Amino acid sequence: MSSKDIDQVTGVETTGHEWDGIKELNNPLPRWWLWTFYGCIVFALGYTVAFPAWPMISSATTGVLGYSSRADLDTDLAAAKAAQGDLLTRVAQTPAADILKDDALARFARAGGKSLFKVYCSQCHGTGATGSVGYPNLNDDEWIWGGSIEQIEATISHGARSPTDPDTHFNVMPNFGADGILTTPQIDVVARQVASLSGIKGGEATAEGAQLFADNCASCHGTNGEGMIALGGPSLNDQVWLYQGTLDAIRSQIQQPRHGVMPAWGTRLGETAVKQLAVYVHGLGGGQ
Amino acid sequence: MDILGKHGVIERNATLLFTLSLVVVCIGGIVEVAPLFYFQNTIEKVEGMRPYTPLELAGRDIYVREGCYVCHSQMIRPFRDETERYGHYSLAAESMYDHPFQWGSKRTGPDLARVGGRYSDEWHVEHLTDPQSLVPESIMPKYGFLAETDLDINNIAGSLKANAIVGVPYSEDAIANAQRDLVAQATPDADTSGLMARYTSVRAEDFDGNPTRITEMDALVAYLQMLGTLVDFSTYDAKANYR
Repeated sequence: MSSKDIDQVTGVETTGHEWDGIKELNNPLPRWWLWTFYGCIVFALGYTVAFPAWPMISSATTGVLGYSSRADLDTDLAAAKAAQGDLLTRVAQTPAADILKDDALARFARAGGKSLFKVYCSQCHGTGATGSVGYPNLNDDEWIWGGSIEQIEATISHGARSPTDPDTHFNVMPNFGADGILTTPQIDVVARQVASLSGIKGGEATAEGAQLFADNCASCHGTNGEGMIALGGPSLNDQVWLYQGTLDAIRSQIQQPRHGVMPAWGTRLGETAVKQLAVYVHGLGGGQ
Repeated sequence: MDILGKHGVIERNATLLFTLSLVVVCIGGIVEVAPLFYFQNTIEKVEGMRPYTPLELAGRDIYVREGCYVCHSQMIRPFRDETERYGHYSLAAESMYDHPFQWGSKRTGPDLARVGGRYSDEWHVEHLTDPQSLVPESIMPKYGFLAETDLDINNIAGSLKANAIVGVPYSEDAIANAQRDLVAQATPDADTSGLMARYTSVRAEDFDGNPTRITEMDALVAYLQMLGTLVDFSTYDAKANYR
């Protein structure tokens, strides 16, 4: 192995092996490659000194630069907050109703609310806040728990039937059918009565229906089905329906009602974010 | 260059090459893996972490079985865009009872590390049954069959036991009562005193909207609803855990 075997044609040393009369030249590595390789080793050593790397007795070395990805994040967040100037502080300190009166502040709050809405609300209420079956449309002027800025703020903050918030909006429509409060024919009569309020196909106002409605429904939905915001009883006299406006859907809702649940966002997002969301939702078109 | 030239000796002896390769790999392994066993600061000190309840554990098994991890990670990284979308970055402590953990670096769907409490149970059931009915842009497959499949609860004690063997602190009591706790958590108006005594901050309700059966949907929704909700961040010292 030690004896050098020089190729006659090129004058380059060979590896000394021979396969079927073929020898392999042992050209040295290209210099640029070799020095890049050495450079990488030196860089790696320097890196382990500068950044967290070597395991020691109770923890790893922290590196002379003191880098921490978690500290970096806090710096980023602080910078982002600073870039918003005092606007965010002013949103935090101003009651939501007064934010609406201040154009610049309202514009800022609305922009923040818009991006928060995409992240936290669109999954149920839809990207355009149009809602779907069981999830209210927020663009219209029909509000179950009220459409004033304070009421919207309270609903976002505490949710509806939220299992985690004691101040949440809460009501339960009785199981008129499943619990035997009304008989099946009675449910049919009162469903037709309800449908007649907004001209739904199959609707029919009858004396018996009116009586059943007054006895069972009016206390939450209003004498004429106009709804009752204080109790969260939706209005029944217009074309906006949470669980579809068909006679069948009304019948099934009376038989065994479905109830929506909205999480309480106050504890999760904080008061300021809730306020921004309220300003955005209020401005979608139906705010009162 | 003469010393470097000596590698020919190693390359010409297969046994020697294999032995020395093993030595090099071992050094790498020891340096990277061994410290994690004796470092005291790898897992942050937090309040609120507890092992999964039997129902949540069963839900987690379904999550793994259905390959949810293929599209959803459970690891919020410490970046501004991630924390503003998903919430506080994930801590090592939050996966300390996960075998295996559900971290990941590839997301097709959103991260689920803090999905707990973000939606209603009803939303989860509807969304798992037909994701596009709620999120038209979604490409998630439908998992409606979970609501029609009874949860196999006979092996749940064994599941807890297996986790206890790899270090999850399930007490004898918890293992013995596993099946009872599972049923209690998914049954409305059941006696949950034992469950609540063994596990803190548990949500016990009829998760799938069908009170007559305990389905795989119950278990999966129970699991999703607790994800990322355990650690009490008001007592968490972020600065002490900078790294």
